[in-house]
Amino acid sequence: MRDMIWLIPLLPMLSSISLMIFSGRLPKTLVAFMGAGSVALSALLTLLFAVNFLNNPEPVQLTLWTWIEVGSFNPGVAFYLDGLTLVMMSIITGVGFLIHLFSTEFMQDDDSYARYFAYLNMFVAAMLILVMADNLLLLYLGWEGVGVCSYLLVGFWYQSSDNGKAARKAFIVTRIGDTAMALGLFLLFSELGTLNIQAMGEVARTTWQVGDTMPLIACLLLLAGAAGKSAQLPLQTWLPDAMAGPTPVSALIHAATMVTAGVYLIARTHDLFLLAPTAMMTVAILGLATSLMAAFTALTQFDIKRILAYSTISQIGYMFLALGVGAWGAGIFHLMTHAFFKALLFLGSGAIIHCLHHEHDIFKMGGLRTILPVVFWSFIIGSAALAALPLSSGFFSKDQILLSAYLMPGVGPWLWFGGLVGALLTAIYSFRLVFVVFFGSVKTKPDNSPGLRMAIPLTVLCALAVVGGYFTIPVAEVFPPLGDHHPAFWVEAVSIAVPIVGVAIAYAVFLGGQLKVDGLKNATSGLRQFWFSHWGMDWLYDRVFVRPYYGLANLLSSEPLDRLYELVVSASQKLNQYLSDTQTGRMRSYVGSMIFGLIFVLALSLGVL
Amino acid sequence: MLMINLILILLVGGVLAVLSEKISDKAPRWVALGVVFFALLLMLNFILGLDKPQLYQIPDPAAPERWLMHISIAWIPAFGIAIELAMDGLSLLMVLLTLVLGAVAISASWTDVKTKTGFFEANILWTLAGVLGVFLSLDLFLFFLFWEVMLIPMYFMIAIWGHEKRAYASMKFFIFTQASGLLMLVSILALAAVHHSNSGQWSFSYFELLDTEMSAQTAKWLMLGFFIAFVVKLPAFPFHTWLPDAHTQAPTAGSVILAGILLKTGAYGLIRFAVPLFPEASADFSGIAIVLGASGVVYGAVLAFGQTDFKRLVAYSSVSHMGFVLLGVYAWNELALQGAVMQMVAHGFSTAALFMIAGSLQERLHTRDMRKMGGLWQNMPRMGAVAMFFVIASLGLPGLGNFVAEFLVLLGLFQVDPWITVIAALGLITGAAYSLILMQKSFQGTPDPSRTVSDYGFREMSTMTVMIVALIVLGVFPQPVLDIAQPVLQSLLDLTGNSPGGIAVISAVDSASVEGIYQLEIQ
Repeated sequence: MRDMIWLIPLLPMLSSISLMIFSGRLPKTLVAFMGAGSVALSALLTLLFAVNFLNNPEPVQLTLWTWIEVGSFNPGVAFYLDGLTLVMMSIITGVGFLIHLFSTEFMQDDDSYARYFAYLNMFVAAMLILVMADNLLLLYLGWEGVGVCSYLLVGFWYQSSDNGKAARKAFIVTRIGDTAMALGLFLLFSELGTLNIQAMGEVARTTWQVGDTMPLIACLLLLAGAAGKSAQLPLQTWLPDAMAGPTPVSALIHAATMVTAGVYLIARTHDLFLLAPTAMMTVAILGLATSLMAAFTALTQFDIKRILAYSTISQIGYMFLALGVGAWGAGIFHLMTHAFFKALLFLGSGAIIHCLHHEHDIFKMGGLRTILPVVFWSFIIGSAALAALPLSSGFFSKDQILLSAYLMPGVGPWLWFGGLVGALLTAIYSFRLVFVVFFGSVKTKPDNSPGLRMAIPLTVLCALAVVGGYFTIPVAEVFPPLGDHHPAFWVEAVSIAVPIVGVAIAYAVFLGGQLKVDGLKNATSGLRQFWFSHWGMDWLYDRVFVRPYYGLANLLSSEPLDRLYELVVSASQKLNQYLSDTQTGRMRSYVGSMIFGLIFVLALSLGVL
Repeated sequence: MLMINLILILLVGGVLAVLSEKISDKAPRWVALGVVFFALLLMLNFILGLDKPQLYQIPDPAAPERWLMHISIAWIPAFGIAIELAMDGLSLLMVLLTLVLGAVAISASWTDVKTKTGFFEANILWTLAGVLGVFLSLDLFLFFLFWEVMLIPMYFMIAIWGHEKRAYASMKFFIFTQASGLLMLVSILALAAVHHSNSGQWSFSYFELLDTEMSAQTAKWLMLGFFIAFVVKLPAFPFHTWLPDAHTQAPTAGSVILAGILLKTGAYGLIRFAVPLFPEASADFSGIAIVLGASGVVYGAVLAFGQTDFKRLVAYSSVSHMGFVLLGVYAWNELALQGAVMQMVAHGFSTAALFMIAGSLQERLHTRDMRKMGGLWQNMPRMGAVAMFFVIASLGLPGLGNFVAEFLVLLGLFQVDPWITVIAALGLITGAAYSLILMQKSFQGTPDPSRTVSDYGFREMSTMTVMIVALIVLGVFPQPVLDIAQPVLQSLLDLTGNSPGGIAVISAVDSASVEGIYQLEIQ
């Protein structure tokens, strides 16, 4: 089994390549079988591997070939599988398969069915390579690969130029982070002499002291890459626009897997981050700040997918907070439960959009509780987990994060408090969505209801979102152990109570009508506009980066340097003109200049001049 | 003899192509394709006949007879000028690239040239002959001769079969390359003269002229003569302004050869001649060259972003990509040099393909203006998919050849100058910007319902498949190319003592950490 792990990314890749080659010439049923079937096989192999691994939890190292060998630089196409990798692979293939299955129905009427599955399969392959890589260069291959697939899928409906713009924004903003990450790789290789992640950790511990500058710079560069991919401050602006892609894509790429790659990267390189406490503090603060900013914005959105997008940004912020306080396992645990419930919510919203003539505005929905029961229960379960209501999967993971934050010496209680405010907001905006969409009067009548291929993934994800919190992830061997401390009882109690208060507030405002907020709404319309625009970040970046760049490109597009060379041209033309003017055709001027020349030469040769 | 045969076959093939026009308008392209394939077969036959140790042997300049091939026939003995050709791994790669892209170029202009087809194909073959001569000559006089030979048929190609502003573009191309070539001629003659005054013997042989002793001042000026000739051809900022015009106006085959092959002669010249002949002067100069390279990377990318002409955009992307080559050469360590060589090969394929797409669009839409395009994927999904592939290759997706190249260059450069590396790395972001906007403006967006255009057919798809496969192989299994280049680069590094940029890679690694890795590997 252990020698066969390379099949896991290979199967979706082969399926993708064949779909690209035969694109448009295969019947849709076959495309669906190839697309979803290849991922199903990968999931099955992952399961077999998981059984094998849990019986004998020894990390697997498998080198297929040396990718590039120049001097001492010799990264391989090589895999390293430990408990962390296994968790990621299970999410990617498991949730990935469910989303593929959902897609076979969701995309049924699309003309580019094969192209869709080609991209989606390629994404799964790239994502698997990202988490399985034993060195940062191969990880970078997967990293860029998922970025390109994300670009292709966000802009999948290429006929609209808005989609193209969203796709480009997603790619270029993350590319900024990726470039910083590449610089981090250069630095790490120069300093440590290897990009192999395990070896790097070993060498770093012997070469660097905790608090040195080099690990700090390296970690900040890696963090920039992670922030780009995981939509964290200051690079989070691309994710809401990326919702332009088909909804299952948002579920798979922009909720469950790719956007958590940054969390994986930091967890994977935790050996380095442990040497740079300042970098870890930065991770925690960035995570918390992003989380709060996005939660406020989610409160004000009315596009169902954008609410979920901001909520994703916010939840990944929690994962960053966990990583920053050293609760690596809690971060990965939240990554997993979030993959379940957020995929569930996205697929649920996809089902609504599918059934409601592509309606995105939650205020044009309503009363869907009885009409789309499967979707309703998906949202109830998903939102409960997102809001971290007790006993849901999100509760267990978020609780761990908040308590670990509290225990952090020094700023811990402040981080905890910030996280708590976020948890309150999360509960409000997620149940605002539920109450507005599923209760009240019916505003738009659905024209169909989800079929089996959409209902099954929803049901399975519902189950996972409920029981996911009771899973134990096999990462104890991967990360350094946390001390066995518990905060005071009141801290736990408050942490549990806050989400419930949030749901109550949402109920009172949006359903029961006990709380009249019209006055507050009017008083804060400016502030809400500010939150709605996500704190004006797009506006700011547009002014500071986008427009100046367009301006510069326009200014230079006619090649100012050519003016310089044109000077040479006109100078020689002028010279030519002056010299031709001497060709007068008059005998006396020729004789004159001849005599002058003769005298000059004579004078020279006699040494008079 | 093979080397002379290759050049002769192409020269004579050109004559045959002209003659064959008498039979039919379509005959010359078959003749040309046949000639290039024949040359390619000869070359492959030779490579397959090599045994591994021979291929990976370090080409010692002191023993040219131990190179893969070496031949020297006296030509003008009074001045020590000989027909001296030699091949090592670097020239082997370049010769292969030339022949493969030569075939691609002929295929690219299969249907768009309709007048004087015989002379057109002849010009392609003669350009290829000149380029092969450049890659193989190790007599500097002969090298200069070929340098000029490849220029003239290319000039004709642009001037006769080019687009609306062909007269301006061809003249600009000619003057830029000719003027810079003259500087090199002066340097060559002066170098030979210095050698003569040192040793009392006239020689233009590369092997003789290496290690010529001269004052630092002389070396600097002579080096500059070579440098300018090569960076104009490369082209490097700020000598690149001939390129967008020449590329845009050239017929498709001309653009493919220009971008795919001709630019590489500049890079080759830097690696083979400019640095090894004047190692100290080059070392002193490397700072400026690296700044020029990084400027080119960023400047080319910004200008590419601002273009509305499909071909001009691709042309400026070449300026940006060739900036990486200049960076790689002047960082002068193994990583960066390998990156530069890889970039020469990978960029050859990716840009040739993009120019071919530009040509196909122009043939179908009669415009290169992207404001008149949009939504072409709908009409031509195959061409769209192919364009997407090469656009993604050109923005440096790992797994494709261009990534290996750019990563190695930057990694090597980082050992020499981290701050310049940061600036050059901006090229990764700006590169993504212009690549994606190219795709957006042409193939994505709202389709024009009244447009009827034909998608790629068998000829185009098979040509493209060659290049797609090449880029994937270069990206996933780059080792054979790296291994072939390695001994050459090793010999050049030995030759120049150390790198102009400075530190060798291994010295940057703490000895303790090396030990650490060792222990891990043992475990």
